[in-house]
Amino acid sequence: MANEVVDHGRRRFLTSATAVVGGVGIVSAAVPFIKSWEPSARAKAAGAPVTQSLKKIEPGQQLIVGWRSLPVFIVNRSPSQLAALPKQDARLVDPKSDGASAAQQPKYAQNETRSIKPEWLVMIGICTHLGCVPNYVPDLKPEPFDPNWQGGYYCPCHHSRYDMAGRVYQGVPAPKNMEIPPYHFIDDTTVQIGVDPKEGA
Amino acid sequence: MANVFVRIGDWVNERAPGLAPTYRKHMTEYYAPKNFNLWYYFGSLAILVLVNQIVTGIFLTMNYNPSAAGAFDSVQYIMRDVEWGWLIRYMHSTGASLFFVVVFLHMFRGLMYGSYKKPRELVWLLGMLIFLVLMAEAFMGYVLPWGNMSFWGAKVIVSLFGTIPVIGSHLVEWIMGDFLPADATLNRFFALHVIALPIVLLLLVVLHLAALHEVGSNNPDGVDVKHGPKGNRWDALKPADGIPFHPYYTVKDLFGVGFFLIVAAFIIFFAPTFGGWFLEHDNSIPANNLVTPAEIKPVWYFTPFYAIVRMIPSFAGTAVWGVLAMFGAIAVLFLLPWFDRGQVKSVRYRGTGYKVALTLFVIAFFGLGAVGAGITAEVIPAWFGNVDLTTWENAFGRTMTLIYFGFFAFLWAYTHFGWEKTKPVPDRVTTHD
Repeated sequence: MANEVVDHGRRRFLTSATAVVGGVGIVSAAVPFIKSWEPSARAKAAGAPVTQSLKKIEPGQQLIVGWRSLPVFIVNRSPSQLAALPKQDARLVDPKSDGASAAQQPKYAQNETRSIKPEWLVMIGICTHLGCVPNYVPDLKPEPFDPNWQGGYYCPCHHSRYDMAGRVYQGVPAPKNMEIPPYHFIDDTTVQIGVDPKEGA
Repeated sequence: MANVFVRIGDWVNERAPGLAPTYRKHMTEYYAPKNFNLWYYFGSLAILVLVNQIVTGIFLTMNYNPSAAGAFDSVQYIMRDVEWGWLIRYMHSTGASLFFVVVFLHMFRGLMYGSYKKPRELVWLLGMLIFLVLMAEAFMGYVLPWGNMSFWGAKVIVSLFGTIPVIGSHLVEWIMGDFLPADATLNRFFALHVIALPIVLLLLVVLHLAALHEVGSNNPDGVDVKHGPKGNRWDALKPADGIPFHPYYTVKDLFGVGFFLIVAAFIIFFAPTFGGWFLEHDNSIPANNLVTPAEIKPVWYFTPFYAIVRMIPSFAGTAVWGVLAMFGAIAVLFLLPWFDRGQVKSVRYRGTGYKVALTLFVIAFFGLGAVGAGITAEVIPAWFGNVDLTTWENAFGRTMTLIYFGFFAFLWAYTHFGWEKTKPVPDRVTTHD
C-alpha cells in the first residue's frame, strides 16, 4: 500500500517527540551517576563536637585541633595583639563583619574581636579564598609581605592576609573573614567546638 | 611466506576496501609542505609522550593502590620494592612535564606561523581542547600519590569552583564527594585519570589529526601548498611543494625522537625531580589535612595561570574574579582565530607590531610563571633590598597579566583597523627548487 503523499508535519512531530522522550530518558539516567558524586552517608556521618582544655595555651600561643577534619585555630591572644586589632580597621575589607562576612560567624561572635571572650580566638583555619590553612604570624613586627604587620595570618597559597581576629585585609584574593565555628565554654578553661552556647547563658 | 602476507592483505582488502586508501591518506602519502623546520618536531613528539604516558601509566596502575590509606605507601612501594618500578614512575612523572614542554612549543609554533588561521580554525580548537583535557589529566595525576602537595593542590583547584556564586560550595562538595579531599576524591580522580580522560584525549588527538589532514599542514612561510603548482616526481596531481609523509617526515621525526629520548633519559636517570620542578619535595610528606605546606606552589606548567589567580584581589565579597581571569587566560587562546583578523599567516611576513606583541606575550607568560613559581619572591628582596615585597610583586604580576590579555586586544585592533603593514607573501614556499 504505497502512500504517495508524505505528511511532513506528522513526520516532524514524530521526530521531535522521539528526540524529546529520548532526551528525557538520557537526563533521567544521568541523575544516579551525577548523584553518586555527592558526599556519601559515611562522609556525612563523621563530625562530632570536640572538647579542648585551654590550660596549657600561653598568651600569644596557637593550638590547632581537628573538627570535622577541618583545622580549628584556638589562640590565646596577648594584650598587645588585642590592642592592635582596632588600629587595622581602615585596611580591612569588612572590619565589623557585617558586610560580605556577615555569615562568617555566629551572632555571639559578631564583634570587634570575633569571639565570646576577647582573648580567646576560636576559628576555622581555612582561607576563604581557595581553602588553604594560613600560617600563624603572631609577632607585631615588619614582615617581608607587610612592613606594618600587626600580627595575624598569612596564606602560603595565594598570599592572602588576615589580622588577629581572622579579618581579611584589602587587596588580597580572599573575599571574606575566616569562619568562626559554633562553640561555647563549658567552664573557664574548657571549650567545646561544634555546639552553640545555651540561650541566655 | 611472502605469498601468505599478500593473500592476507588481499583478503582484508576485499572485505574492507576503504582501509588501505585511508591509511595512505593519513600516513604514508599525506603530502606535507617540504619546508618544515625545527618547530615541526613537537607534534609528533607529543604523540610519543602520549604513548609513553599510556604505557607507563598502565604498568603503574598494577602496583598503585587508589585509596587515601594506601596510595602514598603504594607509591613508595613502587619506588623501592617493585623491580624497575622507580624507572616506570620516573618515566611517567618526567613524561608529564615534558608533555607540557612539547605542547607549549607546539602551540607557540602555531602562534608564530599563524597555523590557527583559516582554514585551520578547527585544528586549533581541537588542539586547545586537547590542552584543556591535558591540564585536567595532569592535575588529577598529581593528586594520586597523596602527598601533602597532592592534597592541598586538590583542595585549591577544586575550591576554584567554590568561588562560583550560589552553587559554588555545593559544587565543591559534589566534586570531592566529601567536605575535603578524601578517599572518595582520590578514587574518582583515579578513575578519571586512568580511564575517562585518556579516552577523551585519544579521541581528540584522532580528530585533531583528521582535521589537519583535511586542510593540510601549514608551514613556516604560511603559504598554502595546495594552492601552488601541481606535480612532483611521485604524483602529477599532488602539490609541487609537498612531499609524502613517509619516508621524508617519518625519518625527520625519528631523528627528533632520538634527540628527545636522549634528553628525556638524562632527566629520568640523573635529575628525575629536576630540582623540585618536576616532582616537588613537599610531596614526599604524606597528605595532612591540618597543615598546608609553607612553600606551596603548583608544578611549573601551571605557574602562569596560578599567578593570575594570585594577582587579582577579591571584589564585592567574592573571589570569583581571579578564577574568571585564569579561565579567561585559556578562553582567549580558544578565540585566537577570531581575534586575529590579519590575512598574512607567518610571522616572517607580518608587521613589526605583531612581532613586538608576540615577544611581549612570551615575556608575560614567563614573567607570570616566575611570579607563580616564587622566583620573584626571591629575586625582588635580593636585588632591591628590604622593600615591600607584596606591593612590588603585585605591580609586576599585574603588569604581566595586563600584557597577557593585552596581546589579544592589541591583535584584534591591529588587524581589524588595518594598522598592520605586512610584507609581500611569496607564491610558493621559499625553499622550492
